[in-house]
Amino acid sequence: MAIDILMPALSPTMETGTLASWNMAVGDAVRSGDVIAEIETDKATMEVEAVDDGVLAVILVAAGTENVAVGTPIARLAEDGEAVEAVAATPVAAAPAKAPAQEAASPAAAPAATPAAPTPAPTAVMQSSSSASAAPRVFASPLARRIAGDNGVDISALSGSGPHGRILRRDVEAAMTAPAPAARHASVGASAPASPGASSLEPNSQMRKIIAQRLQESKANAPHFYLTVDCEIDTLLAARKVMNAQSPDDVKISVNDLVIRAAAMALVKVPKANASWEGDNTRLFHHADIAMAVAVDGGLVTPVIWAAEQKGLADIAATSRDLATRARDGSLAPEEFSGGSFTISNLGMYGIREFAAVINPPQGAILAVGAGEERPVVRDGQLAVATVMTVTLSADHRVVDGAVGAEWLQAFKGYIEAPVTMLL
Amino acid sequence: MASETNFDLIVVGGGPGGYVAAIRAAQLKMKVALVEREHLGGICLNWGCIPTKALLRAAELRHSIDEMKEFGITVSGEVSIDLPAVVKRSRNVAGRLSTGVAHLLKKNKVTVFDDFATLGKAVSGRREVKLGGGGTLSAKHVILATGARARALPGIEADGKSILTYREAMVPESMPKSLVIIGSGAIGSEFASFYLDMGVEVTLVEAMDRILPVEDAEISEFVKKAFTKRGMKIITGARLAGLDKVSGGVTARFEGDLAPVTADRAILAVGITGNTEKLGLEGTAIKVDRGHIVTDQWGATGEAGVYAIGDVTGPPWLAHKASHEGIICVEKIAGEKDVQAIGEGAVPGCTYCRPQVASVGMTEAAAKDAGYDIRVGRFPMLANGKAIALGDDQGLIKTVFDKKTGELLGAHMVGPEVTELIQGYAVARTLEATEAELMQTIFPHPTLSEAMHESVLDAYGRAIHF
Repeated sequence: MAIDILMPALSPTMETGTLASWNMAVGDAVRSGDVIAEIETDKATMEVEAVDDGVLAVILVAAGTENVAVGTPIARLAEDGEAVEAVAATPVAAAPAKAPAQEAASPAAAPAATPAAPTPAPTAVMQSSSSASAAPRVFASPLARRIAGDNGVDISALSGSGPHGRILRRDVEAAMTAPAPAARHASVGASAPASPGASSLEPNSQMRKIIAQRLQESKANAPHFYLTVDCEIDTLLAARKVMNAQSPDDVKISVNDLVIRAAAMALVKVPKANASWEGDNTRLFHHADIAMAVAVDGGLVTPVIWAAEQKGLADIAATSRDLATRARDGSLAPEEFSGGSFTISNLGMYGIREFAAVINPPQGAILAVGAGEERPVVRDGQLAVATVMTVTLSADHRVVDGAVGAEWLQAFKGYIEAPVTMLL
Repeated sequence: MASETNFDLIVVGGGPGGYVAAIRAAQLKMKVALVEREHLGGICLNWGCIPTKALLRAAELRHSIDEMKEFGITVSGEVSIDLPAVVKRSRNVAGRLSTGVAHLLKKNKVTVFDDFATLGKAVSGRREVKLGGGGTLSAKHVILATGARARALPGIEADGKSILTYREAMVPESMPKSLVIIGSGAIGSEFASFYLDMGVEVTLVEAMDRILPVEDAEISEFVKKAFTKRGMKIITGARLAGLDKVSGGVTARFEGDLAPVTADRAILAVGITGNTEKLGLEGTAIKVDRGHIVTDQWGATGEAGVYAIGDVTGPPWLAHKASHEGIICVEKIAGEKDVQAIGEGAVPGCTYCRPQVASVGMTEAAAKDAGYDIRVGRFPMLANGKAIALGDDQGLIKTVFDKKTGELLGAHMVGPEVTELIQGYAVARTLEATEAELMQTIFPHPTLSEAMHESVLDAYGRAIHF
């Protein structure tokens, strides 16, 4: 049985891509896991791995072809024992308009639920037609489909409460307002004793799936290393107090806004830290496009403050507040939470002293910010009390070496501890 | 047979809720007893839905004789109504169906007790039910399906002669010359239409500001015009102050300065109240609120193993609601998977007056009150080919959609055979169809149902024939 290899979706939002090059020729033996081609999207070039064994019988889409729709057969494998010529000669089934996986999360259908930058995976797994055709039909009412579509809910991720598990309006609405109270429909007289070891299955939202996929990718592919430094912030707090006393009522500058500004300035000072690994190339970002991690119901999103180095503190404060608010009510446009060159994750408000964050791929680094707290410090051989904030930089060693990371942290600490300098 | 006293389920009441629940339980392999104090089939079959339809059919036939000439048919000779024969036919129809229910119960091996039942105590996970004629049954589960009766008004005694409830109104021995009907819900409006067609001078009185007050305001207005055109007197916003027996009749007095109405007879149709008395509910955890047993969506009461369904649990007082509640209650008891509770606005309502009225879901006003931004479609029967051919072209089909999602929030119909059409919209609502699926559906020509399609099209500015 010949195996059609389909144009893969490298990201949940990808619809078409360019077949950049073939790494194998007709007649080559292919083993599962072999890189057989490279595909370009507007964001990156990705390697494509085979999932089946066989012999490359025919290449259906030539290298360099642009706008190849996801799901289009691009090549065909002959399985062991099959005659390559015979396989090459069999007519190709009509390409599906969209791959099933694509249908489940087309960009129009899932903008709000696509949390982080929908940049492609570093390695995409090739879909074969046998696995693609196995996507189950989703049973859902027309109204449920429409409401899901209008609100960016991935209907294939829901489980239905209707007859035979059909997805109804209420299931979509429950997903939109999750977590739903589980005991809402408990009957009057009935009470079930809590059984030990009880558990239940909750379907994963599209957002959860993307977070899982991206962070797993990051930890698997980006060799993380961590650098930690303590920053004394008494001067910064005093400066903030003065600024807020002077600033108009509606714009109050937070410590986090100052951290964003300091990080942006540090990225300008140490541009090597403002980079991302793209295989043959390293992408150097020209601006400090700072993504900030915002916790939302069911996950997190990372809206971006573009070119933060060009923004004043009041501007950063207003922008970050607006992005955070809209992130929480789910009204961010996809381009507002996609991309960025560097991420800041701040858990200070939870009293976290210090932590190490997972890099937001394909960025090169992320800064984890802890709580500012009074701690004993030694000054000139004497114990003193200072407000200290511990920050940890997680960096991708492929693009940021230890010394570069250290240099960046030193610059950051300099701006934080002498806040006047970041106003320059 | 009746010596058996232990069951899986005892159903108290043999109306459309109770007997349907009993049959469904038998299908699910339960050992079932049904206790009925009077008639299998309950009010619906014996004193409600069915016999009134038989009466209304007679009225409709009488009316059609007046229309013969228009169709080119001459009827010569005297047209007269043999009232005892009309009533007898109605009773025979009820009798035939009641016998049918008995057969169905027997076929499903449901043990029937012709008796009163009182809820007894719970003994080791089983519930006792005491029979009025002596004896005690017990079962793991008991469903109360005792129904409801005409609500009485304080200070007014329905004597069955000059002041009637639906029960006497259904079996008149003679036709009054004039009749005042208090209450214009489904029961009041159906009797008003029936007696009017039978040549009686009818005054229909409603306390609310319009007749058929649960229907969409436009539908109420449509029916009011149709009734008025046929010579009915309608008084709305009239709160009854008293119903006095006077020589040769009854005088209805109203609050405020509304003129009193005197007629030969009066029919009280001011709603119904649940049969919750003498059921042994006192001292149990079963709550009764304003004459109705309180349950959750599956029929469970506050007492474990005791359930209630149908009219005794409150409005809408409709046979089809009772039957459906009976089925889901039993399925839940049996532990069936995939049991679906009755959704909001899922119970259609039908009134068989002339013109007929049928609706499901929210009225336009209710949808607005609920905060929906809506689209409304209207299509008159005047523009429907089949209605014109039938010579019955007075009617309106109104649809209410949520502008945002395209959900069919409600449908409201008045006109020929609309009670037979409403299920189309009910199915659409159950399937959560949007305007797109309704538009895509092909409605056959020539049928009255094409007006349903056109109403949907009209909501989106796309009606073809109007």
